[in-house]
Amino acid sequence: MTHAKSFPWLHWLRTVVAWLVTLLLFFPLGWLVLTAFKTELQAISVPPLVLFTPTLENFQIVQERSDYMLYATNSLITSVASTILGLMLAFPAAYAMAFFKGKYTKDILMWMLSTKMMPAVGALVPVYVMAQTSGLLDTRTGLVIVFTLSNLPIMVWMLYSYLKEIPNEILEASRMDGATLWSEFRYVLLPLTMGGLASTGLLTLVLSWNEAFWSLNLSAAKAGTLATLIASYSSPEGLFWAKLSAASFMAIGPIVVFGWFSQKQLVQGLTFGAVK
Amino acid sequence: MNRFIPRALMAPAVITLFLWMIVPLVMTIYFSVIRYNLMQPDQTGFIGLENFEYFVTDPSFGTAVLNTLLLLGSVILITVVLGSLIALLIDDPFPGRGLVRILLISPFFVMPTVNALLWKHMMMNPIYGVLAQVWLFFGGTPVDWLTDLPLLSVIIIVSWQWLPFATLIFITSLQSMNREQLEASRMDGANYLQQLRYLYLPHMARSVAVVVMIEMIFLLSVFAEIYTTTGGGPGDASTNVAFLIFKQALLNFDAGVASAGALFAVVLANIAAVFLIRMVGKNLDK
Repeated sequence: MTHAKSFPWLHWLRTVVAWLVTLLLFFPLGWLVLTAFKTELQAISVPPLVLFTPTLENFQIVQERSDYMLYATNSLITSVASTILGLMLAFPAAYAMAFFKGKYTKDILMWMLSTKMMPAVGALVPVYVMAQTSGLLDTRTGLVIVFTLSNLPIMVWMLYSYLKEIPNEILEASRMDGATLWSEFRYVLLPLTMGGLASTGLLTLVLSWNEAFWSLNLSAAKAGTLATLIASYSSPEGLFWAKLSAASFMAIGPIVVFGWFSQKQLVQGLTFGAVK
Repeated sequence: MNRFIPRALMAPAVITLFLWMIVPLVMTIYFSVIRYNLMQPDQTGFIGLENFEYFVTDPSFGTAVLNTLLLLGSVILITVVLGSLIALLIDDPFPGRGLVRILLISPFFVMPTVNALLWKHMMMNPIYGVLAQVWLFFGGTPVDWLTDLPLLSVIIIVSWQWLPFATLIFITSLQSMNREQLEASRMDGANYLQQLRYLYLPHMARSVAVVVMIEMIFLLSVFAEIYTTTGGGPGDASTNVAFLIFKQALLNFDAGVASAGALFAVVLANIAAVFLIRMVGKNLDK
């Protein structure tokens, strides 16, 4: 701010450079959106077309060829359900770690995080076998369980760092006044951690919505999410850029818009409360 | 409050996560010491460490480990450096900053498969791709990115996807800078570079640690981007450890060798975790 005042030209240069960088970085995504509204011929025209008459044809075809609503519903249900289930598991654990710190609390936290570092593909064969024997293959329930567990470490971490910030005295005071564990949670903790719960939930929602590996390997026609829909457009024989773009647009649209609205909340949580 | 309640509260998360880790791990250990090829179901039996030997002596093994580290290192470096530059660039208010922020953050919300397909077909295609057209416009020869520079291509795609994340965290960090301190340093005659060196960078150290930590967790097992773009090739040029295991499990149908590989990945993840605790754990711990 201060430098801008003393050097107006610097301020303008900065604005121009910032916009150039932004447009450059956003370009691929913008191009995807443009391509979604082109015909197949326009999509691969050389040189690339910037001006054209937009068509909704691709969206229609995507909708007709595959049941978009089914995939979208599956995505929505699995990501929302795994977020809620995850919060229910993670919150009590984070609470216990933040307020009743034991000898092993730090180790447990680190261990949780380390489970996230192993490539999912390493557990593919066992998880597939388990899903098959328990009849959870290609079911939403199966996906919800897997999404929840793979996000759980991050959720515990995020909530832990939020709860850690709350002074113990507040809780002690409420306990002195005879609050039960439930009323302490309901009237003291919950209002104080709404922000943390929201951002943890938002991130989990985004991660589950975008999860591709488990969806591709554990679900098919019945429980397939939007990630599986995209995969069906990426096979070599079905390669049509405009339709692929339209399908992608329909798959990422909801979550990107959702992300725009929640970015402020999200960043607070993503930094584990370490950056304020 | 007795000791029982905290444990009871932790139990659901810890137990489910423990099962999620231990059951596949035990099965993996079991698979790794038996002959288990889905194409030859009749040949079974204990074979000891043969699967491990096979996985480690695979000609692609060294490349895969190196690629994993190269991918991890370069993406972290690129996103931290560019991310902090962009964050510094848009820290001061300017016309349209809100919109810039929204456009910059967008790639982070796009699923990795879509990002990969978008780059593969619409950006990096050597004939119709936008990059090829740009090269031609400037009189250059279009690059066949995924064939000639497979690992670099994957690095570019993954960096593009994670840059918004780093930028967003750095912006947040910068906005919490003490404005009075900045003002005071300017009064004392500090120029922008001095402010950068003594005020901005130390302030950002913590957020750099956060970015390194989260990216490390997610980048160690990059899979979708490689699967969708190069398929690990050509040859093994863009194969990382995660992809090598996948190749053994699903392309060679050898669950035994894949399991041995998975155990190797566990070891690698743990080495990374120890490294991580040393490097950033302290920085995060108040």
